[in-house]
Amino acid sequence: MKNFLALALSLFIGFLIIMSLRNNVAFPEYGTVNVASRVSQAYLDRDVTENPGTVIFGESVNLESGPANTVTAIVADYRSFDTLGEVTVLFVSSLGVALLLGTKKQKRLEVDFHPNFMLRVGSRALFGIILMTGIYVAIHGHLTPGGGFPGGAMIASSMLLLYLANDSFRAKIKGFKILESAAGSAYILIGLIGLLVGGYFLQNVLDNGTLGSLFSAGFIPIIYVLIGLKVGSEISGVIDNFLTEEGV
Amino acid sequence: MLQYAAIVLIMLGLYGILTKRNVIKIIVSLNILEIGLNLFIVSVGFVDGGLAPIFTSQNATNDLNFVDPLPQALVLTAIVIGVGTTALGLAIAKTIYAKYGTFNLDEMGEK
Repeated sequence: MKNFLALALSLFIGFLIIMSLRNNVAFPEYGTVNVASRVSQAYLDRDVTENPGTVIFGESVNLESGPANTVTAIVADYRSFDTLGEVTVLFVSSLGVALLLGTKKQKRLEVDFHPNFMLRVGSRALFGIILMTGIYVAIHGHLTPGGGFPGGAMIASSMLLLYLANDSFRAKIKGFKILESAAGSAYILIGLIGLLVGGYFLQNVLDNGTLGSLFSAGFIPIIYVLIGLKVGSEISGVIDNFLTEEGV
Repeated sequence: MLQYAAIVLIMLGLYGILTKRNVIKIIVSLNILEIGLNLFIVSVGFVDGGLAPIFTSQNATNDLNFVDPLPQALVLTAIVIGVGTTALGLAIAKTIYAKYGTFNLDEMGEK
């Protein structure tokens, strides 16, 4: 009876969503969106105030927002304050995990699986490659797909590999905590520099450079690398909390 | 149609949250709901034959047919927050298991 009620409720909500989307002016058919009529066109034109000009890869200099990747331009430039809040949410959740699972004296969780020599050495070799890929993705966040959040997740996954492949391995968690706090503080400091020099919090006061070159977009790559380090160290801390238990 | 698939995922997740009594299964249902929601938001910005909204040497100007970048940016935010809430939920589940020795909500509190 309870399952039937839940099924009816789920179907009703799905039906409600589909009916409210049908023939809705604000909601065009799948694939027939006119981006030019939306606010997103201003982000693509890199101009939210006046009449848009043309943006050309490798030629346009000192646009309103410098990254070649428009998603990065939105996440780390136009809506950077939003991202600061998001990073705070991630910080609070990792703090919550540490409060729930962390204890003073910790040792690795006892598991029946004992890795052999080949697995330990092979994981060490793979660790470097995964870590380098993560750092590459974080550094090139303003030019290519990816950025700080996927790059940070890759850095954390390289730590997870070491944890899974060696049952006595523990990272230096204190270092992660310091890295995390330093990266978070540096993000806020960059925001305050923008406030003091440019007049707005997180204002990009550096030169935006040529669209598409590695050293372009002012503060954006710096912010994204900081986000990458922060996310990577936070998720690594969460992994460590899950794979340890109380003991000597 | 991607949007209907996303709505089906949302319904599946909601059904799982309402019926399951195992904490881990509730968290997995929450994740399914979240993936459905993310898929739905991304599908709102899709344009037929659209390019990824990144300027490269091949797609060099803003006259081209790019997909809407704003939903992608919003989903990037939502995915990260989803990871945070899932980690916190799993930590609570681990604490519950350490205290009661079961993941099932019905079997808790009998001691």
